[in-house]
Amino acid sequence: MAKPEGVVAKPGSSKEYKTGSWRTEKPVFKQDKCTDCRICVMVCPDGVIFGSDKKYYADLDYCKGCGICVEECPVDDIEMVVEVR
Amino acid sequence: MKKPEITESLLAPGHKACAGCGEALAARIIMDAAGPDIIVTAATGCLEVFSTLYPQSAWKMPWIHSLFENSSAVAAGIEVALKALGRENEAKVIAQGGDGATADIGVGCLSGMFERGHDVLYICYDNEAYMNTGIQRSGLTPFEASTTTSPSGEISWGNKTDKKPMPEIAAAHKIPYVATATVGYIKDLEKKVKKALSIKGPKYLQVHCPCPLGWAHDPSLTIKVAKMAVQTGLIPIFEMENEKITSVRKIAKKQPVEEYLKLQARFRHLFKKIGGEEEIKRIQQIADNNIKKYGLM
Ligand SMILES: Cc1ncc(C[n+]2csc(CCOP(=O)(O)OP(=O)(O)O)c2C)c(N)n1
Ligand code: SF4
Ligand SMILES: [Mg+2]
Repeated sequence: MAKPEGVVAKPGSSKEYKTGSWRTEKPVFKQDKCTDCRICVMVCPDGVIFGSDKKYYADLDYCKGCGICVEECPVDDIEMVVEVR
Repeated sequence: MKKPEITESLLAPGHKACAGCGEALAARIIMDAAGPDIIVTAATGCLEVFSTLYPQSAWKMPWIHSLFENSSAVAAGIEVALKALGRENEAKVIAQGGDGATADIGVGCLSGMFERGHDVLYICYDNEAYMNTGIQRSGLTPFEASTTTSPSGEISWGNKTDKKPMPEIAAAHKIPYVATATVGYIKDLEKKVKKALSIKGPKYLQVHCPCPLGWAHDPSLTIKVAKMAVQTGLIPIFEMENEKITSVRKIAKKQPVEEYLKLQARFRHLFKKIGGEEEIKRIQQIADNNIKKYGLM
């Protein structure tokens, strides 16, 4: 059947565009004092922080570098660093 | 107990929301709390524009873009169609709109959806202005915020009116569930989405979503700004069931409104212009009235 005008049939296809290129600073997860609270996972507007067992990381293909995770980490275990590319 | 690994959200990344967007955060949390068996509508606005840059889509459920004013009417139609097909137990219906879509242009359609008793959860993403078209004031823009249609200037102190009481307007339709929430308190937001969806009939959830672009705050401060709005009393967080307030989030440590205002350049004029102190007192009065009215302390 022909697809009607304006219909997007591919769910989640926004991933074809990588917003990581917008970034000037990236979050670095020190994985030192992490308590597994998962607040960083919860507060990421783009939903691109993953991990478990005190080892979390941001998917840098999509992370826009907003810095919310750094601001909200209760034990200061994430830092923002300037990226040179 | 080992916590489960979270897989990718029902709102996929790669969407074009600004860095630190409160609305994108709210939408992701709401979809994951509600899904996966949901059908979702969205009014025109940032949420729709940033998530569906044609031909891509960030949504992973049946999703439809209505017009600016009628996401509630489209959702009502979907709900009725599911019933007609005898499939109403297969999916919950969620309608979404920004504050402009909800409190101004779409308020008629929304009222109709409430009045007819559709089994739909309506989400208002309240970023307090028409952001997608360049920060014009809406009925939910707070008192004395500077926007492009309520600019501060030599004579003007910004927006002349305070937030329209949309939750109360929704509750006056005698719908079973009305609540406010915020990206500042995500667990509370998740809980309210789940609770709303467990109730039959029309539901209204208004979510306070800082907008780093329109409010002019640092993108890293989205959660802090949202929490400060609550801790000053300017944004009351409560639930109403059948017209009665049934729960409120108490203020842990009351903060003066300056602590909220000074984080955002949309209120910068209050600190720069002569006479600003008097205006800030008027905003404090709004917070204090909320604290009294909703019993926030
Ligand atoms: C009938 C109609 N009028 C005006 C517009 C232009 N328009 C598109 S989005 C928008 C602003 C949306 O504001 P809001 O609902 O608060 O959502 P936000 O972008 O802030 O999330 C406007 C005015 C439109 N699309 N349709
Ligand atoms: S303008 Fe505001 S609401 Fe729109 S995408 Fe940017 S931060 Fe989000
Ligand atoms: Mg808006």
